[in-house]
Amino acid sequence: MENLIALLVAAPLLGAAVLLCGGRRLDRAGHRLGTLLAAASFVIGAVLFFDMLGRGAEERALHQHLFSWVPVESFRADIAFQLDQLSMTFVLLITGVGTLIHVYSIGYMEHDERRRRFFGYLNLFLAAMLLLVLADNYLLLYFGWEGVGLASYLLIGFWQHKPSAATAAKKAFLVNRVGDMGLSIAIMLMFTTFGTFAFGPVLAAAGETGEGMLTAIGLMLLLAACGKSAQVPLQSWLGDAMEGPTPVSALIHAATMVTAGVYLITRSGAIFNAAPDAQLAVVVVGAVTLLFGAIVGCAKDDIKKALAGSTMSQIGYMILAAGLGPIGYAFAIMHLVTHGFFKAGLFLGAGSVMHGMNDEVDMRKYGGLRKYMPVTFVTFGLGYLAIIGFPGLSGFWSKDKIIEAAFAKGGTEGWILGAVTLLGAGITAYYMTRVMIMTFFGEKRWQPAPDADAVPSAEPAAEDHAGRMPHPHESPKSMTVPMILLAFGSVFAGGLFSLNSAFVHWLEPVTAFEHGHPPIGAAAVTASTVVVLLIGVGIAYAQYGRKPVPVVAPRGSLLTRAARRDLLQDDFNHVVLVRGGEHLTRSLVYMDHTLVDGVVNGTAASVGGLSGRLRKLQNGFARSYAVSMFGGTAVLIAATLLMRGV
Amino acid sequence: MSESSTVFPLLTVTAALPAAGAILTAAVPAARRTAAKWLALLVSLGTLVLAAFVVVRFEPDGARYQLTESHAWIEDFGVRYELGVDGIGVALIALTALLIPFIVLAGWHDADPLETRSRRWRPTQGFFALILMVEAMVILSFAATDVFLFYILFEAMLIPMYFLIGGFGDRAHTGSDENAAAQRSYAAVKFLLYNLVGGLIMLAAVIGLYVVAGNFSLTEIAEARASGSLEMATDTERLLFLGFFFAFAVKAPLWPLHTWLPNAMGEATAPVAVLITAVVDKVGTFAMLRFCLQLFPEASKWATPVIIALALISIVYGALLAVGQRDIKRLVAYASISHFGFIVMGIFAMTSQGQSGATLYMVNHGISTAALMLVAGFLITRRGSRLIADYGGVQKVAPVLAGTFLVGGLATLSLPGLAPFVSEFLVLVGTFARYPVAGIIATTGIVLAALYTLVLYQRTMTGPVKEEVRAMPDLKARELVVVAPLIALLLVLGVYPKPLTEIVDPAVRHTMSDVQQKDPRPEVEAAK
Repeated sequence: MENLIALLVAAPLLGAAVLLCGGRRLDRAGHRLGTLLAAASFVIGAVLFFDMLGRGAEERALHQHLFSWVPVESFRADIAFQLDQLSMTFVLLITGVGTLIHVYSIGYMEHDERRRRFFGYLNLFLAAMLLLVLADNYLLLYFGWEGVGLASYLLIGFWQHKPSAATAAKKAFLVNRVGDMGLSIAIMLMFTTFGTFAFGPVLAAAGETGEGMLTAIGLMLLLAACGKSAQVPLQSWLGDAMEGPTPVSALIHAATMVTAGVYLITRSGAIFNAAPDAQLAVVVVGAVTLLFGAIVGCAKDDIKKALAGSTMSQIGYMILAAGLGPIGYAFAIMHLVTHGFFKAGLFLGAGSVMHGMNDEVDMRKYGGLRKYMPVTFVTFGLGYLAIIGFPGLSGFWSKDKIIEAAFAKGGTEGWILGAVTLLGAGITAYYMTRVMIMTFFGEKRWQPAPDADAVPSAEPAAEDHAGRMPHPHESPKSMTVPMILLAFGSVFAGGLFSLNSAFVHWLEPVTAFEHGHPPIGAAAVTASTVVVLLIGVGIAYAQYGRKPVPVVAPRGSLLTRAARRDLLQDDFNHVVLVRGGEHLTRSLVYMDHTLVDGVVNGTAASVGGLSGRLRKLQNGFARSYAVSMFGGTAVLIAATLLMRGV
Repeated sequence: MSESSTVFPLLTVTAALPAAGAILTAAVPAARRTAAKWLALLVSLGTLVLAAFVVVRFEPDGARYQLTESHAWIEDFGVRYELGVDGIGVALIALTALLIPFIVLAGWHDADPLETRSRRWRPTQGFFALILMVEAMVILSFAATDVFLFYILFEAMLIPMYFLIGGFGDRAHTGSDENAAAQRSYAAVKFLLYNLVGGLIMLAAVIGLYVVAGNFSLTEIAEARASGSLEMATDTERLLFLGFFFAFAVKAPLWPLHTWLPNAMGEATAPVAVLITAVVDKVGTFAMLRFCLQLFPEASKWATPVIIALALISIVYGALLAVGQRDIKRLVAYASISHFGFIVMGIFAMTSQGQSGATLYMVNHGISTAALMLVAGFLITRRGSRLIADYGGVQKVAPVLAGTFLVGGLATLSLPGLAPFVSEFLVLVGTFARYPVAGIIATTGIVLAALYTLVLYQRTMTGPVKEEVRAMPDLKARELVVVAPLIALLLVLGVYPKPLTEIVDPAVRHTMSDVQQKDPRPEVEAAK
């Protein structure tokens, strides 16, 4: 059975290779091949899942060793896989949601002349993401980690002829590389500390080294997680990443890739459990991002960017939960899965709306769409109820547990974290209600599509619509069916997972589990969550439901304006990093030309009187120097030989 | 009088074929320049076959030097024609033999005579003959185990390189022809002067070594040093080491002796630029591993902190300078300076991972730079400009060209899955094990590499299509034949580098024992 693991990765990898090297011949069948191979991977995953269920909780992990990758003395990196309950959870999420989004893309990308390449990139992403979660050592994980970064780069910049898309892609890759530095250093620390970087031995031996070392490794892993999962301070790329086609936003920048940081921390639980300082850093990052993303989400008028802020915030919940240790790991992953369903569904819904609205992304120009796009309205609505944590739906079960665990952290910390997660839940309810109302309710605020050059819309197909009024219509079946299936997940997954704590028991052998004991009782936590939720919904309704939404955004308060600009982080980056960097490289270029070159040449000239005229080469003196030096060398050698009496 | 230790002098033949081919190519009549090209290509392919034999015949776990040949040459001076390869030499001979056919093929039209020249002018023949001549000398220098023989080759290869840079410049230039000729001439002379000065200092050290040791045989001297029968005063050893190292640091090139490289690579044609950075410069880093560490182990350890610092500066400085370039080829040159910093750092970290990584790095950098630079050359030839700002939106009109350029760039930024990642990570981890701070500073190189590569790609390939590139054709068959195998090789060596590490590891084990160094033990194991 373990021999099937490699096939999970191989199927989409084959798809990527064929689609990207195949040429135009495959244009007509490419999307079907790509979808088929994604589905094949899902079927293999399902087979492995049922096989796993058939074994006892402790004997579920499978290992497959393919070959030795980089063997240099004691440095051993293998291409080897490990499929345990944690990896299995990700495999099903990645291939399941991945396949649905392949299907959706068939319709969404129908008119794009480079659709074959799009599916090739999607397949490449699946292969890299599966490699990431199936690797049995950190270096192979790193392979997958950068692989998804590449796929993300290619897909954000899919419409490369738009400068904004190309810039966003580059930015995402660069910010992620800063995180990758952390992962590199963590692996190096593991190697010098444990002599290996395979999960098994490292995690088993974690207790044998000092807390200082574990804290260092933990912080480096956290840096990596911040990059990939768009957590403060490396979050700035995610909003721009919305330049990519919407299915990409759904799959990579909502459901799967951006949650890789949560996987990394949960997988490295043994290290974090023994390094409380690193855990504290994780929790703080999670808490800060949770609020940061939520605040940004409140201010955005671009539907995808509002959802991106929300993604950031929800992953903040997961990171926070993972930082709580064994009382939080299982809930972090559970929220990750339920979020995978409802956020992917929300993005696909947003894509469907854009599809019907001339690719318009500004919610101020939507309104009243529920009558025109009923399926989109219902599925999006269910996703909305799930994400705000409406009792009984998926998000309720997973988020409530995280809030509980945050309180259970204990002491003042517990109260602060609990308050932050509660506040976050309220803001979530507010901004999602705002999205819902602005899009589907109220008056129609539709505008004719602007000239393609005037407004940088996310989808370049906008060029075709220039000047036309939108005629909203329901999207084709290939798009609505995935949305319906994801809506089912949004509604029922959380409840199913929570039946007899099924999900917790499933993960317990891998992540370990301890019951958290919140100081105020679970019922009280749930009750306050519901109250906060209602307050958030109420405020949003008062602001956007009771009075008409202005088509042009009001100036807004200082906070609103800052939040629209991603709380000014880009401005900071631009001034400090971009400008500063430009000055640095420019002066270095100048210095290299004048100083270094000059000093070296000058030294040579003064020491040997060799090249005083190097700067006036045209006159041929330097060349004659060179020739005479060569000649001199030859004569010298010959003379030495003659003296020896050859 | 001669004694031969192998039945068939495979190494000599492997070097002699391109040398003979060079002479034959040069002799092809002026009117038959296509024949000269095909001859050069066939000879380079034949050399590749011979190099494949070298790889197959070499037994990784056998003696340290294999396929040895030894003949008296200048007896009174103790100079012998002595050849032999260890795993490091085999890897680099294979790299050289592998790259030359692609260089020849990529430069197919680079030396076609211009209309204005007289009919008897034979630049094409000369161009390809010089390339083959360089190949012969480089292969022989990777095999030479006699210090004097190595020195002669090290210096002699400057002559064909000088003519390749000065005589066959990139035809894409800005400004007048005279101005371009002057710049080319400047670049060629600068290349020659820098390397000659390095060579002169090395010559003094070579003679000094002879005075101390009484012969030139690398194996004999190294053995005598190891067994203690050849004592060297500390100062003597350090001076001799510096003499050798200086020459190699000019060639490698290490900061601050690097400034000749951007000029040379910028002015030369793209295939010649590849020849410089991917092949010839490797002789410098190779010689550090073979001669500096073996002949002067104590002095090498003495100089290590300074050399690591210089290597670190090269890594960061080269990358920052690459970010600031406006010329595509100069950008690649500065990226190479950064990469040479990694190689030197790996060598002097004195760990198995560092040195194996450095050797792999030499091979992988050769392949990845060839891929990136040759595609850049195709691009530059189409548009007639080396300036990044003259491009934009190329992916829309020439997607295959843009795609291969991206893969070459991703290899340059060491993306996992492509060969350079393996070597770069080994160098980093090998350095980190002994010098954690240096290791951490060097990792900033991975961010900077992403910056200069992706900015280059963005500015040239994405965005709206510039008017001047609108009619640009995509890669032609000949160009695809050049690029596709290089990319395939990058992928294979990225996922399955084991054949290479198996050849290199034993050689590194020998070098590690030469310098009497052991890998640091992991903390947990050491505590037990």
